[in-house]
Amino acid sequence: MNAARKLACVVVLTVCAVSLAANWLAPAGYAKQFREAPSAPPSRQHLLGTDEVGRDRFARILYGTRISLLLAPAAALVSTVMAALVGGLAGYLGGILLRLARGFTDLFLSLPWLFLLIAVRALLPLNVSPLTSVLITFLILGLLGWAASARVLSTSADDLRNSDFVLQARASGLHGPRLFLVHVLPNLKPVLYAQFWISIPVFILAEANLGILGLGVAEPLPSWGSLLRELEDLISFREEPWRLVPLLLLAVVMTSFQLLLSNEEVSA
Amino acid sequence: MNMNKISRRTFLRLLASCALLFLSVTSGSAFSQNGGELRFSLHSEPKTFDPLLVDDDSSLSIRYLTGGVLVRVNRHTQELEPELAESWKISKDGKQITFKLRHSITFSDGSPFSAEDVAFTMQRLMDPALHSSTGDAFRSGNGTVSTKIIAPDQIAVIFPAPLAGLDRLFDQVAIMSAHSPKKEAAVLGPFMVAEYKAGSSVLLRRNPNYWKKDSQGRRLPYLDAIRLDIQSNRDVEMLRFKRGELDLINVLDSDYFDRLAATSPQLAHDAGPSLDSDFMWFNQVASAPIPEYKRAWFRDANFRRAISQAVNREDLSRVVFNGHAQPAVGPVSPANKFWFNSKLKAEPYRPDAALQRLQADGFHLQNGALLDKAGNVVEFSIVTNAGSKPREHMAVMVQEDLGKLGIKVNVVTLDFPSLIERISQKFNYEAAMLGFRNVDLDPNGQMNIWLSSAEDHAWNPQQKSPETGWEAEIDRLMRAQASTADLKKRKESFDRVQEIVAEQTPIIYLVNQNALSAVSTAVEGANPGILSPQTFWNAERLILNATTRASR
Repeated sequence: MNAARKLACVVVLTVCAVSLAANWLAPAGYAKQFREAPSAPPSRQHLLGTDEVGRDRFARILYGTRISLLLAPAAALVSTVMAALVGGLAGYLGGILLRLARGFTDLFLSLPWLFLLIAVRALLPLNVSPLTSVLITFLILGLLGWAASARVLSTSADDLRNSDFVLQARASGLHGPRLFLVHVLPNLKPVLYAQFWISIPVFILAEANLGILGLGVAEPLPSWGSLLRELEDLISFREEPWRLVPLLLLAVVMTSFQLLLSNEEVSA
Repeated sequence: MNMNKISRRTFLRLLASCALLFLSVTSGSAFSQNGGELRFSLHSEPKTFDPLLVDDDSSLSIRYLTGGVLVRVNRHTQELEPELAESWKISKDGKQITFKLRHSITFSDGSPFSAEDVAFTMQRLMDPALHSSTGDAFRSGNGTVSTKIIAPDQIAVIFPAPLAGLDRLFDQVAIMSAHSPKKEAAVLGPFMVAEYKAGSSVLLRRNPNYWKKDSQGRRLPYLDAIRLDIQSNRDVEMLRFKRGELDLINVLDSDYFDRLAATSPQLAHDAGPSLDSDFMWFNQVASAPIPEYKRAWFRDANFRRAISQAVNREDLSRVVFNGHAQPAVGPVSPANKFWFNSKLKAEPYRPDAALQRLQADGFHLQNGALLDKAGNVVEFSIVTNAGSKPREHMAVMVQEDLGKLGIKVNVVTLDFPSLIERISQKFNYEAAMLGFRNVDLDPNGQMNIWLSSAEDHAWNPQQKSPETGWEAEIDRLMRAQASTADLKKRKESFDRVQEIVAEQTPIIYLVNQNALSAVSTAVEGANPGILSPQTFWNAERLILNATTRASR
């Protein structure tokens, strides 16, 4: 493991650990409104100041990080499994199934994602708790975000299907699921890992985009998306630099995720 | 000798120049600062230049600056003033208005103005095929609107049924020429459209034939031109204003206002509460797909009143709008000087009284959660439109306020089309929070909200007959005020409507935002007000000080 990967690992683990300790580090909580001090600058009481309705920004960043960092990998897992099922199997089986799967994937990729998300979000029941809403949001992201990974996986599985060692295994009498599980799937692992790691920042950014449109995680629960919305009306960075912290955190964590990928996974 | 002559001539020329300069400096600011091009932004492309088809803010601004009207509501005093009509008279039955027109007025292209033009304009306005929203305001009953030219300078407009507040409606009717080949390009207002670059700008030049003169007999307007840049991005608009590239910002939100006021207080103007209001309401539609026990809460005036008492409006005004808003009283903002019922006050924040009111109805607390008589947890969602930060912040604050009573509120932001579909077609919502941008002072402008049969009767629209006694009473009062020309009677009726709304709280009014604007110090004569157009309502009398502008 090179130094950059080690550093990235430390950064991700530290961010995760700090966010999990939010209850102790920010006892005021993410929802409490200090209405006497809206949009306050950093102080001892509020390390990163308060937002526009007086909520402690530090607490909201910690809780928001917890939500985004826990649920984005979960959504990435859902999408990677779906991609493996659709792309991996179609690539392995080949023929008309592969063509059908690719056509379906291309069609899915051509859909206007954002509008689709907005439409799906609008169809959901209204009376759900903020926690349920965040789970639903990331589940939808996971269920809708498999297509790009499936495209990559189908190509890789197609290559493997025609590779010499698979042909030899077939010639030795190995067929069906056993051939897939013993010879194809282990060789797809680097691609699956890469797709999983790549998907995490994609989902965090997708949720951030929904948050910027006001359609992400329900209030008062924070997420990186809702925290980034605060930057909408930021005219001068010099006046309130502390408002950039969520953006910096997002950039650092995303960079760390990219560094965590091995060369093998990147090339995959 | 020759040299001496030249010197004397030069000397005389110099003397004459000095005298002219002296005269121009001492003869009043209006003369010295005449001319120039005022610049500000339109936030969208104007949809039309036809004054009778105007339906959007940008076209409205252009119509205001170019159109000549018979009467004009003074945006500062809110009084009706004569313009192209010297005087007017409404018949006792409220069905006819007779205008006496000014003489010797011509359109911008030189064609003369007469009663024939007023007749032509009214006929075109009321043509059903035109689909004019301005014309809709004049439709008082079955039958057609007719005109009768009594003399070249006198015309009567006759309506099939009485129309309350009739004279004020003519503030929106820009008179068109009956004979000019230039059609809508021939105008009677202070400016005329000179150039339009789609997606970029609209240039208005001063109308050389404009009829108005100032007290010194000088023909208005003072400005040479107005350049309207089409700019939807508010950040860019503010940056350009700060750089001195724009002279006005008609409507500012509170964040921008405070930032501007912090650095340049002389540029930021807070004209006080506007006519706009933000409010929430509960779904009372009988067929709405919501649980029966929730419908029972929402239909109970006691429940609605308790919710209203539990909302801290002072905090909403102070926190969300940085103090640039006032707790709302009811359907009429205190800014509406005549129609506001001054006996009413904004509901004060009284969570204890709210809880008592609910307990009297059988609601009770259990482990910090409020339950109704049957043991159902009091929980509901508030839908509002995504992208409106002030409204989202208000919803979050209401969520916390009601949380103190043990009521669980879920805030749901939806894209606007989905929201409208839910609240006006499927009625699949529990409570909603929206705003009302009111441009009309007269209560007739709110008929579409208060009549129980109306489409915009937010909490329970399109009722075949009023479902409650108080709604029947509001219907009666609104119709009564609309069918008489007696202003005192109208005021009494509408005051009572406001009282019923305060008692029954079908709509929980939250705040009236202040009218915030920005005006460059180079613009002299500006007096920002609360009525649209806030900053340039007296555009004909605005003067641009080129020296001040250059120094910005």
